Amino acid sequence: METMVPNLVGAGLIVIGAGIGLGKIGGGAMEAIARQPEATGKIQTAMIIIAALLEGLAFGALFLGK
Amino acid sequence: MKRSIYSIRFFALLFGLLFAFQGFANEEGEDNLHDDGRINTDSEIRNYIQHHIKDAHDFHLVSYTNDSGERVHIGFPLPVILFGQNGFTTFMSSEFHHDTDGKVVVEKNGNRFVNYHSKIYELETGATEVAFDAQHHPVNASRPLDLSITKSVFGILVIGLLMLWWFSSLARQYKNRSIPKGFGRVLEPLVLYVRDEIAKPNIGEKKYKKFTGYLMTVFFFIWILNLLGLTPLGFNVTGQIAVTAALAIFTLIIYTASGNKDYWMHMLWMPGVPVLIRPVLAIIELVGAFIIKPFSLLVRLFANISAGHIIVMSLVAIMITLKGEITPVGSTALSFVLALFISVIEILVAFLQAYIFTMLSALFIGMAVAEHDHEHDSDGTYEQTDAEDVRADFI
Repeated sequence: METMVPNLVGAGLIVIGAGIGLGKIGGGAMEAIARQPEATGKIQTAMIIIAALLEGLAFGALFLGK
Repeated sequence: MKRSIYSIRFFALLFGLLFAFQGFANEEGEDNLHDDGRINTDSEIRNYIQHHIKDAHDFHLVSYTNDSGERVHIGFPLPVILFGQNGFTTFMSSEFHHDTDGKVVVEKNGNRFVNYHSKIYELETGATEVAFDAQHHPVNASRPLDLSITKSVFGILVIGLLMLWWFSSLARQYKNRSIPKGFGRVLEPLVLYVRDEIAKPNIGEKKYKKFTGYLMTVFFFIWILNLLGLTPLGFNVTGQIAVTAALAIFTLIIYTASGNKDYWMHMLWMPGVPVLIRPVLAIIELVGAFIIKPFSLLVRLFANISAGHIIVMSLVAIMITLKGEITPVGSTALSFVLALFISVIEILVAFLQAYIFTMLSALFIGMAVAEHDHEHDSDGTYEQTDAEDVRADFI
């Protein structure tokens, strides 16, 4: 288990990065929806797209680091 | 309205049963025993997960040890097609007798093959087993070109034929009526969604028709194969890096081959930038267009799907690992609930990944075929008119 500490620390950093990124996207989307509820559909679509791009990065990094 | 037997309750029950069944589709797996003969749960479970993630040369549902101590395998073998040192060799994978440890040697026309961890090696003369050196390269064997119908290829073929049947029968209906009947009613809104929400906004009104065929194919292909991977049949097609790489390469070929002059000019010799910087930016753009874009498409789909599969199967395996701590009933209930929730999220991920792949492909194609109306001149002189026009609006 000791030899896996760098792996786990790296995984934790990736999750922090993904968490912060998704949190900012979600926060921005919530604010935008609050300002203009009629545009909810478009904002949600854009939010999902950016979230998927970010998840792609996070998963890619996870797999590279095993 | 007539009550159909295919009501929502029927499908909800079917889904629930499918996911519950996934918990029971555990197999014993290869024997991994502790020293005193007990089964080593950790390595068994790791084998079980690896066995699902990796491709296999036969279609294998479950295997168990029946009362008389024999292993019973439910499934059917698939043809193995190899191009080794002496040309083509084909045989059915049943000749390996479910062995993936490289012990059973299949001999055909003087070539001898073993199956080690789902990879087939051709043994050189005199060798009985594959030996590996420190870098895990085989020392006394070589890998022939493996063109066999593996489980994933079989899944792709089945789904391809299914999609061909569904969509050709939907297309045929439009000759006689404007609103489809039957299963076409499920497919039509999805087809229109791909055309109107993915193809048209990204590619533009004039040119989207050429590419909707590819976009629809990719969308439904990835979506159906993702969903197939969630069933207990043991498929894992889009979680294979070869499949996602092939799809990413298709997108690469399409948006490279359909690039118009504006696209290449903006990539390699972009206007509006000092001449000395252009080669640097051109290199960055080339790397971005040929390596980073397809690679990100590839990795996104592959990692999402295979990570999802690993999570679902690990949660199912909780049933076994926590059998001692909470009672078997408790661990089964916990594993069932967790696996059910994660499976529902995976259904969303299946659709989402198909949508993202298709949308990004459409975006890249749209960027390649986009027509710019050039108001500003080329090379260097950046006209001030744009900024002044904007400021004039505020006065």
